[in-house]
Amino acid sequence: MSAEARGKLKIYMGYAAGVGKTYSMLEEAQELRERGVDVVVGYFEAHGRKDTIAKAEGLEIIPRKKIEYRGSTFEEMDTDVILARSPQVCAVDEFPHTNVPGSERGKRWEDVLVLLDAGIDALTTMNIQHLESLNDQVFEFTGIRVRETIPDWVVEQADEVVMVDLPPRALLNRLDRGVVYGREKAQRALQNFFRESTLVALRELALRQTAHEVEHRAGNEDAVARKDGGPPGQANARERILVLITPDPETAMLIRRARRVGDFVGAEPLAVAVRAPGGRNGSPEDHEAIERHLNFARNLRIETRIIEGDSVAETVVDFARSNKVTQIFLARPAERRWRIPLTRDPVQSIVALARDIQIVIVSPRAPAPAR
Amino acid sequence: MPSELRRRTPEDLLREVQAEEAAVSWGRLKIFLGYASGVGKSYRMLDEARRRKARGEDVVVGGIQPAVPEDVEAILRNLEVIVPISTGDRPIIDLQALLRRHPSVCVIDGLAYDNPPGSRHATRWEDVRELLEAGISVITSVNIQYVAELREDVEAITGKHVTETVPVAFIKSADEIELVDAAPEEPLGPAPDEHPDAERRQQRLSKLRELTLVLAAEVVDQELTKYLESHGIEQHYGTQERLLVCITPRANIRAMIDTARIIADRFHGELIVTYVQQAQISVADQAALDEKLGIARAARAQIEILDGEDPIETILEFARSRHITQLFIGHSQRSGIGPRLWGDPVDKLIRGSQGMDVRIFPQ
Repeated sequence: MSAEARGKLKIYMGYAAGVGKTYSMLEEAQELRERGVDVVVGYFEAHGRKDTIAKAEGLEIIPRKKIEYRGSTFEEMDTDVILARSPQVCAVDEFPHTNVPGSERGKRWEDVLVLLDAGIDALTTMNIQHLESLNDQVFEFTGIRVRETIPDWVVEQADEVVMVDLPPRALLNRLDRGVVYGREKAQRALQNFFRESTLVALRELALRQTAHEVEHRAGNEDAVARKDGGPPGQANARERILVLITPDPETAMLIRRARRVGDFVGAEPLAVAVRAPGGRNGSPEDHEAIERHLNFARNLRIETRIIEGDSVAETVVDFARSNKVTQIFLARPAERRWRIPLTRDPVQSIVALARDIQIVIVSPRAPAPAR
Repeated sequence: MPSELRRRTPEDLLREVQAEEAAVSWGRLKIFLGYASGVGKSYRMLDEARRRKARGEDVVVGGIQPAVPEDVEAILRNLEVIVPISTGDRPIIDLQALLRRHPSVCVIDGLAYDNPPGSRHATRWEDVRELLEAGISVITSVNIQYVAELREDVEAITGKHVTETVPVAFIKSADEIELVDAAPEEPLGPAPDEHPDAERRQQRLSKLRELTLVLAAEVVDQELTKYLESHGIEQHYGTQERLLVCITPRANIRAMIDTARIIADRFHGELIVTYVQQAQISVADQAALDEKLGIARAARAQIEILDGEDPIETILEFARSRHITQLFIGHSQRSGIGPRLWGDPVDKLIRGSQGMDVRIFPQ
C-alpha cells in the first residue's frame, strides 16, 4: 500500500438508461479540465447519442483493452494503462458492468476500487436497480431479476452520490424520438424497464436511496475512520442482528433485507448456519446451498458463523442469547411448509422459544400473481 | 417528517381525480426543485423552454431573476420575454399581459416571491395558479428553503428565518417535478477538514439536499399511487417503507414504538399505529389504551382505530390496503414454551402477511 491518499469516488445515480448520467459525468469532467485538473475518460458508452458524444469532445480518452473470448473480440476498460497514465481524475461509465471472462477482474467496480487505491479520483455512473439490497424489491415490481448487482458496501465507498433526475414522461419522449436507443432496442426496452409505472417506481427508489446516502454521509462523524478502512457508518452498538442461513432459496432475499435494514438502522448483521454435530444430517444439496448462502453473505460483508446443534431452533436461540443478539431475522416459510405440523418448522419454534428477543420474519417480495 | 407529507387516503385520491377531471383545460405545471441557489435551476428551466420552442411550442418568459449567469442570458436572447413590472420593492410578473398574450407555455422563475401590497395576489405562486387556470402551462422553479411546511426544519438547519413560502400542496399539485441535485456553483472555499466553517456549510447543504430528495420522493410516490390506482393495479411496489404497529391495551409498546420511529425515520417512511376496537373493555384497559395512544401520538405516528369481528383479519386487511411493508406486533402473551397450536394470533398474523415483514417484540 502506498502512502498516497485514497482517491475519491463520486457516483451519478439514475433510474434508467437515458436520464443523462453519462452526460452529467462528462460535463463534470469537462469542468474539471477547464479548471486545469488532469482528467481522463477511462471508459464511456455513448450508445450513439449525439449530445453525449459531443460532451466527450476534447477529453483524453484511454483506449479500451481488447479481449478475445470464444472467437469474438470484446472491449473493456484498460485499468493498467490508466494506472500507468496516473491522472488525478478518471471518468468510468457503468459502474455495475460485468467484465468479459478473461479480464483481470470480474467486475468494473473492482477496477474502479483499484484506481481509488492508487490515489486516482473516480467519477462513475449507475442505475438504482443494480443495488444488491434492492434486488428483491425491483424484482417485485418489474418481474426482472437483475443479475448485474453492486454490493451496498461498494456504493458506500463513494464520497458523494448525486441523483441525475428526469421525469419518466420526458424519458419516454426521448425514447420515442430515438434519442436513447435505436428503434429496435427501444421497442424491447418498452417491454421491460421502460413501462411508465416501473420508471416511476425506480425513480422513487433512486431518490430515496440518494437521500439515504446523503444523510449517511452528513451524519458520518467518523469519516476519517471510514477512509482508513474502518467500519462504515456509526454502528449501533446496542443492536445486533442474527440472520439464519438455511438451504431454502428464500435465504438470499433474507440476507439482502437484513443487510439493508442493518445499514439503515446502524446494526451489523451476523449470518449463522446450524449444522448437526458431525455433519450427520442434511443432503449434499443442502450443504452446498448453505455454503452458497454463506458465501453470498460474505460478499455483502456480513460476518458468518457455523454452529453445531441437533435442533436448529434451540441452537440458534441459545447462540443468540449468549451473543447478545437483539434481533433474529428469519425467512417466511414457503406456503407449502405451513401445512406440515408446526413442530417441524424452525421459524415457529424460534418464535415460541425466543420471547425475549425481537424476531423479524421477512417475506419474499415476489411479483404478485396476476389476478 | 411533517404530517402534510404523509401518503394520501383513497378519499384524497378520489378528490384529486375529480379535480383532475374538472381541470382538463388547466395548463400543466412543471417545477424544478433544488436545494440551494446556484445549482442550475434557472438554466435547466430555460434550457427546457428553448427545447420546447425548437419543437414548435409557443413559449414566453414571464419572470426571471434580475441577475442571471451568462449561459442563461444566452438562451434568454432567443426567447420572447414579457418584462415583469418593476415596483419600488421588487418586480412583479405582468399577469394581465401574460393572460392577453396567452402563450401555451410560460416560464416563471422564483415561485416563492411575495408580491408587493396592493397586487392582485399576495404571492407569485397564486399568480402562477391563475395562469394555470387560464390554460397556460407553467415551468417554474423553487428552492427547498421556501416550502412552507418545511420552514421549521430549514430554519433549524440554516438558522435563517424565511418569510416567503409556497405551500407543499401546491408543489405536490405539479404535473411534473424535476430534481436539480448538482453541486452549488459558489466556491466552497478550503477543503472541509481544513476549515470548520466550510465543514458546517457542507453539513447544512447535505441536510437541505436530503430534505429535497425526500420531498421529491414523496411527490413521486404520490404519482406512483395515482398511476397504480387509476390503472387498477392492486399490487404494492414497496418503494416507500410503511410501518404498522399493532397495539392492545395490555401490550408493552414503548420499545415497539421507539424502534418503529427509528426505522421509519431512517427510511424516511411512514408510521401508523393501530388498535382494533374490542366490544367490552374494562375501565382499567381503556385507561391503559389511552396512555398507549398518547405514546404513539408523541412519536408522531398516525393513529388508526379499526373495527372488525376478527382482529387479525381486520389488521391484515388494513395493512394490505395501506401497502404496509413492516408489521410490528408483541410476542404472544400466552404462557408455555414449545410448539403451539394453530389459532395463536401471532401465528395467524404471520400466515396472513405475505409480502410484509413481521417484527415480533418481547413483552
